[in-house]
Amino acid sequence: MKLDDLYRRVIMDHYKNQRNRGAFEDGAMTVELNNPTCGDRISLQLLVEDNKVKDAKFSGDGCSISMASASMMTEAVKGRTYEEALELADRFSALMKGEDVEFEEYEEIEALSGVNKFPARIKCATLAWNALRKGIATEDN
Amino acid sequence: MNSAIREQFPILHQEVNGHPLVYLDNAATSQKPQVVLDALNHYYEHDNSNVHRGVHTLGTRATDAYEGAREKIARFINAGRSEEIIFTRGTTTALNLVASSYGRPRLQPGDEIVITPMEHHSNLIPWQQLAKATGATLQYIPLQPDGNIDLADVEKVINSKTKIVSVVYVSNVLGVVNPVKEIAEIAHRHGAIMVVDGAQSTPHMKVDVQDLDCDFYAFSSHKMCGPTGFGALYGKRQLLAQMEPIEFGGEMINDVGLYESDWKDAPWRFEGGTPIISGAVGLGAAIDFLTEIGMDEIEKHEAHLANYAMERMSQIEGLTIYGPAKRKVGIVTFNLDGVHPHDLATVLDTFGVAIRAGHHCCQPLMRWLGASSTARASFYLYNNEQDVDRLIDALVQTKEYFGDET
Repeated sequence: MKLDDLYRRVIMDHYKNQRNRGAFEDGAMTVELNNPTCGDRISLQLLVEDNKVKDAKFSGDGCSISMASASMMTEAVKGRTYEEALELADRFSALMKGEDVEFEEYEEIEALSGVNKFPARIKCATLAWNALRKGIATEDN
Repeated sequence: MNSAIREQFPILHQEVNGHPLVYLDNAATSQKPQVVLDALNHYYEHDNSNVHRGVHTLGTRATDAYEGAREKIARFINAGRSEEIIFTRGTTTALNLVASSYGRPRLQPGDEIVITPMEHHSNLIPWQQLAKATGATLQYIPLQPDGNIDLADVEKVINSKTKIVSVVYVSNVLGVVNPVKEIAEIAHRHGAIMVVDGAQSTPHMKVDVQDLDCDFYAFSSHKMCGPTGFGALYGKRQLLAQMEPIEFGGEMINDVGLYESDWKDAPWRFEGGTPIISGAVGLGAAIDFLTEIGMDEIEKHEAHLANYAMERMSQIEGLTIYGPAKRKVGIVTFNLDGVHPHDLATVLDTFGVAIRAGHHCCQPLMRWLGASSTARASFYLYNNEQDVDRLIDALVQTKEYFGDET
């Protein structure tokens, strides 16, 4: 196990300069999710329009992996339809299983591929993506 | 503490991620010495049988081992008699048993249950649930800024409405030793019963339930060199005699009719089904092992390690230690500026150093500390100064690693 597999420069950059951190003034759908084993929590806000994620913001507290993943996820889903967003989430799950997948929409996500070598940390990386799934599922009903 | 003790723990002699293992997660669970592993193996190889049923030789051996462990446990915590020891799955089950069996039929609206904000979830949620079910209310003894309890506060919170007081003896986060004997005296003066969560005290210091004069005392086997899934509840005989079982079936029965049944006496009335016999055997062996070394020796050794660790940690800039400045027990909880504790634990793991990171099943305490989570190093009898040095080296390297990335 090499630490650099986990903490690549791009991850640390997203952790220290989190994109889309904050909240919309109103009109956004909010999903709260926490990781009960460690106490990490995320509040994801999606601005939706015609089955599309127009914009996304998040707040919360967690480790570098969970926050970097949230930062990247919110960047990647902006402008995607629900279908496309869910497909991204599926690809992210595959990445966590160690599969060789690409994110041509937002290549930086691939920096998280090293997390699969640290099984205890996969839950950190998937927190934001699970919030995304939960949000879309709520909205679809 | 000599190196011969460490030698007796086979699991410690391995490499993790290319480094010799430094195991500092003992507050979560402890490792097991060869004598405990051998006792478990011997039981299953030679004596395995159900207890209190068989009239054959193995049945007798198993029963003797099971009831023999009850006597060892009673002596270990100085209970008045072995019938005051109920076997449970651990501290959590033991505390839930008190809440359900003692509390549920006795509490009513207007009654108060007193706990502290430093309780482990196992000594908080059963009372929260009991309060909801009975209409009683939960009251908290406040904490001093360093995490200690002031008896003047205890006097203010406990009153004639208080029916149950339940406090952790040693905090699994702050490392403080609470004045449970004094709190028990205040509780009794107001007619309340005193429950002690002994999960973090029993493995690390001499415990005397008669001297504490607590009414119930709960602890787990796995934090004191014994197997997981086992533990015990001490309860004063006169209280246990008044309490109804909460689980029915199997070994707790005295006589069964078509429509009415009755139960054995305590403690057996609380041990329905086939019990965790190997758990009792393993804990019995663990108690022999700990007794031979001496609980006072263990306490002294751990206090030395904790104070040595805190002294060295205080030289690391940006490191915050939670809890009092001097420790009687080997638990040190901390945070390193700019490094989330999960990241810290992952980096330490790559150096072979195992610590805990998270909320430690103490979310209200985390809020009180103003931290979402913390890192924790906890020591046991087999740890040594070299383990502390390895922890410090790894902390320094973690700081450098994360510092470089900015």
